[in-house]
Amino acid sequence: MSAVDQLQHDVLVIGGGGAGLRAAIAVAQEHPDLSIGIVSKVYPMRSHTVAAEGGMAAVIKDNDSAEDHIYDTISGSDWLADQDAVEMFVEEAPRELIQLEHWGCPWSREATGHVAVRPFGGMKLQRTWFATDKTGFHVLHSLFQTCLQFPSITRYDEWFATKLLVDDGRCQGCTAIELRTGQLRPIYAKSVIIATGGFGRIFPFTTNGAIKTGDGLAIAYRAGVALKDMEFVQYHPTGLPGTGILITEASRGEGGVLRNNKGERYLADYDLGEPLPLDDPRHPQLRTMELGPRDRLSQAFIKEQEKGNTYSGPYGDYVHLDIQHLGEHRIDTKLPFVRELARNYGGIDPVTESIPVRPVVHYMMGGIDTDIEAATSLPGLYAAGECACVSINGANRLGSNSLTELVVFGARAGRNAANFAHAADPAAIDRLESQVDDERARIRRILEQPSGGERVAELRRDMTTTMEEGAGIYRTQEGIEQTYATLSDLRERFGSVDLDDRTNVYNTDLISALELDYMLEISLALAASARDRTESRGSHQRTDHPDRDDDHFLKHSLAMRGDDGTPEVSFRDVVITKWPPGSRTYGSSDQAKAATTES
Amino acid sequence: MSTAIETTIKFEVFRYQPDWDEPTYQLYDVPYREDWVVLDALNYIKDTVDGTLTYRWSCRMGVCGSCGAMVNGYPKLTCAAFLSEYMPGPIRVEPLVNFNVERDLVTSIEGFMEKLESVQPWIIREDGATDDLKSEYLQTPDQHAAYQQFSMCINCLLCYAACPVSSHSDEFIGPAALALAQRYNLDTRDEGVEQRRDVILKDEGIWECSFVGECSAVCPKHVDPAGAIQQAKMTGAIDYYRRLLMPWTVKS
Repeated sequence: MSAVDQLQHDVLVIGGGGAGLRAAIAVAQEHPDLSIGIVSKVYPMRSHTVAAEGGMAAVIKDNDSAEDHIYDTISGSDWLADQDAVEMFVEEAPRELIQLEHWGCPWSREATGHVAVRPFGGMKLQRTWFATDKTGFHVLHSLFQTCLQFPSITRYDEWFATKLLVDDGRCQGCTAIELRTGQLRPIYAKSVIIATGGFGRIFPFTTNGAIKTGDGLAIAYRAGVALKDMEFVQYHPTGLPGTGILITEASRGEGGVLRNNKGERYLADYDLGEPLPLDDPRHPQLRTMELGPRDRLSQAFIKEQEKGNTYSGPYGDYVHLDIQHLGEHRIDTKLPFVRELARNYGGIDPVTESIPVRPVVHYMMGGIDTDIEAATSLPGLYAAGECACVSINGANRLGSNSLTELVVFGARAGRNAANFAHAADPAAIDRLESQVDDERARIRRILEQPSGGERVAELRRDMTTTMEEGAGIYRTQEGIEQTYATLSDLRERFGSVDLDDRTNVYNTDLISALELDYMLEISLALAASARDRTESRGSHQRTDHPDRDDDHFLKHSLAMRGDDGTPEVSFRDVVITKWPPGSRTYGSSDQAKAATTES
Repeated sequence: MSTAIETTIKFEVFRYQPDWDEPTYQLYDVPYREDWVVLDALNYIKDTVDGTLTYRWSCRMGVCGSCGAMVNGYPKLTCAAFLSEYMPGPIRVEPLVNFNVERDLVTSIEGFMEKLESVQPWIIREDGATDDLKSEYLQTPDQHAAYQQFSMCINCLLCYAACPVSSHSDEFIGPAALALAQRYNLDTRDEGVEQRRDVILKDEGIWECSFVGECSAVCPKHVDPAGAIQQAKMTGAIDYYRRLLMPWTVKS
């Protein structure tokens, strides 16, 4: 095939969600001479950014300050966030959100016409911008529709990226399967940005859509890039039992409360402050009770479950989220999606009944190891969004920081990848062809191998089951080791996977198998990281090591893929600038603590 | 193992691959669960019975817009179509009509993507080049409310499947894209009405639209594209007469 027939761009973005689109627009707007490709396994507006509900944090109000947002984020992270990254993130956030506003995002407004903000968990002040409770949907569609105006952007919709092409120590593109034809083709580029989102689908009960399988992490990991802080898995405290559909934290931001089967606001027992009566004008209190951080609320649920204080249902135990006191008007104007979801999928109307909820895997703090510039250790390769780990989220992400992370780091990845592309030579196509051939052969083997008897869906079920058993909210050495062993075994079994579908056009059976392969790869990295972090911090709770251990673990874990394909874990110091590790307090004791820490 | 008789429901699923002469309907028995939706049944079939069944899905909470299909002849999000509404069955699942079929329930939506782009669904500003991003554009809640409904479109394309004009014209820009055009036209931050006018008003389809409102009836997000089209026609007609009778009032 001659060079002119090849698919080639200056910058290639893998993933068409919030971070990928923001990156592509940054390149298109600031470097109109560069050609951009976006590879996405779904049409971009299907990306899972679409499901984010509550809002997007940035300091814009006069009573707020960057210092406060930084402190909330760092304490929320249990001091595992890199503080230089958090400072930069908070500084750049307002401009990025105003940019979204100028691109048409329909933010909810105050009577003055200014953007409105709402309270969110772990945040000391109201700083969460919102578009009712469909913020991610509006952000994604605003970005996608905005990106349509740039002729320099070529989209590869429904192309599934399978492997990074690396030569001469530099990333020079990827291979991807065009779903419509089944053809595997190389797409060459001078620089590549991975923005493929999270991987909640390695767990059985998750808010994440079917597409969240961590493909981007796996292909970076196989190209020799480390996965950072993989052990930190965020359980959101309020998912609908059965489906795992998210009921946004904004429902608590607006004043919703959690109750156990005795009708008690049980969070009062977990060092999250004192409950105020619902008619007290100071309710809901920031950084207190229901507005505590997600890790602590999800852990409190497990303790209540152990005490027998939860309700039992066909899909496991649950507690009640009560927003009835907000009244129908407020629910319909501020939380219309909550009502829609609770009615459709929970079978209850939150205007007159409490919503059954339980913790659900929601977000991955860990991801592809990047620096503050969104660059990975592999020259020419960048990553942004949930698939990346800078880290600003550390051991626990605060609600409404993740959408902001998409645009702040998406834009940075775009700019830096563009600068890299400007200076780089074109991809060395001749030298990369053998890698493309090898990849074609790998996929053909999976597609055509004779009956081995293993079904993708069964292996996937066994994977998610063992992840929940060993790497759930509370973990032990023994449990994690068992999970690691099971995952290793599943990888063996994957070698005997037997597809029903051996055709080319739109073969979703094949895509599911490839996704499973990637999920098994990163699940092993997660289990190894969780095994080696023998402390408890944020969302990583080890019952055999219940305390935070700053002497040994004020560090990021880094899982590298060893020569035998198994993960090797090392650690790297966290960047501390101005906020030495302190005790992580919420509720009434928090105010005094925060004041002294910041002075 | 329990020997109790499990309630099942029959599915008749449209099957087609490009190298087949014609499509077929394949029958599957699916266990009935009160809280299952059609998408759960499709996933049950794919995971346990027949991995070749092909369809799109992701969020399973009615917001990604991937999983639209004809369910018993009516355009639905399969993640929002409860089996209980169709008991005792059977349930027939077919690809959305008015689109070409790629395989099974997967249709080609490339035509829609082009139509969407053609209405320039982005904020157009005369001052765009000098945007300093120091502060937000002000917009009151009332101004926001004027276009908010039309901004709720998830591009699921059920409205195209329901649209009588789209059923005989591939050219018609169609309900979702026109609603989005109107969404930007009504946004106080936008100054692109003029740029969008020609593509909208030159579309013969909007004048053919008889406001039967099928598009609005099937919309899972209550966007009311029929209302948007009607508004566009009204302003289009007013604009036409103003240009004819009072040309001095019209910007170039």
